[in-house]
Amino acid sequence: MQHALSHEDAQLVEGLRAGDEAAFAALMRMYGPGMLRVAQMFVSSRSVAEEVVQEAWLGVFKGIERFEGRSSLKTWIFRIVANTAKTRGVREARSVPFSSLGGDENETTVSPDRFLGDGERFPGHWAVPPGSWAGVPEARLLAAETMDVIRREIERLPAAQRAVLELRDIEGWSADEVCNALDLTETNGRVLLHRARAKVRAALEEYLR
Amino acid sequence: MRLDRELACREVVELVTSYLDDSLDPADRERFEEHLVFCDGCENYLDQMRTTIRLTGRVEHELPAELQAVLLEAFRGWRAS
Repeated sequence: MQHALSHEDAQLVEGLRAGDEAAFAALMRMYGPGMLRVAQMFVSSRSVAEEVVQEAWLGVFKGIERFEGRSSLKTWIFRIVANTAKTRGVREARSVPFSSLGGDENETTVSPDRFLGDGERFPGHWAVPPGSWAGVPEARLLAAETMDVIRREIERLPAAQRAVLELRDIEGWSADEVCNALDLTETNGRVLLHRARAKVRAALEEYLR
Repeated sequence: MRLDRELACREVVELVTSYLDDSLDPADRERFEEHLVFCDGCENYLDQMRTTIRLTGRVEHELPAELQAVLLEAFRGWRAS
């Protein structure tokens, strides 16, 4: 039956069906943080997102017996999360059009005044070019305070940008996986990721200068 | 001899994520890389984006302990049912 399943997935499925706590703990470690990030994109608060994650796990427990392995376990779990979160988001009347979660349509990711204007000799080229970070000691880059700057900026991102950035750059998902889990076109996913990264970069530039 | 208009820096910065994802078409990729050869500002920008991605990857990703405990309870409850 489980034709598409990797060996690892097959073992986890077996473990979960058998009620093996180690299998559950492994899944929670692997996918729990991502589940919370996906949930947070669809609902308004952290506490509701946590409830969505709990509800989604109940769905996983209930469905695992009938899980046929037509997709990977990860894909299946995240479909449950997204559906649970969307249902909850609708109940919360937060079914805002997706585009509005991503920020302004024509947003540029670097402030226009960093570039020369159209009347200049080299329009669109740097007026205030970014400096090099090559001289910044690694210890400073990795310092707790620098990580705080990154975390704070991520928390300020619009929900969709935040979700895409977290899944790609923190959870290490591929572009395809993110677009599937969040119901995004490839282009939208990339635009959201680009805007999010650019904001984090700008915050770091400000901090490190 | 290339007839394509050169990219301006303000266009280059918008292509960085596509470049890193290897999703630019070959002609754009070439223009992008040609631009970097002579533009320190954009080279720095690309490096800064790479560093940003690397550092973001170090943000911790664990569920809060309380939520883990709640989920474990839910698992045990389901197993017992």
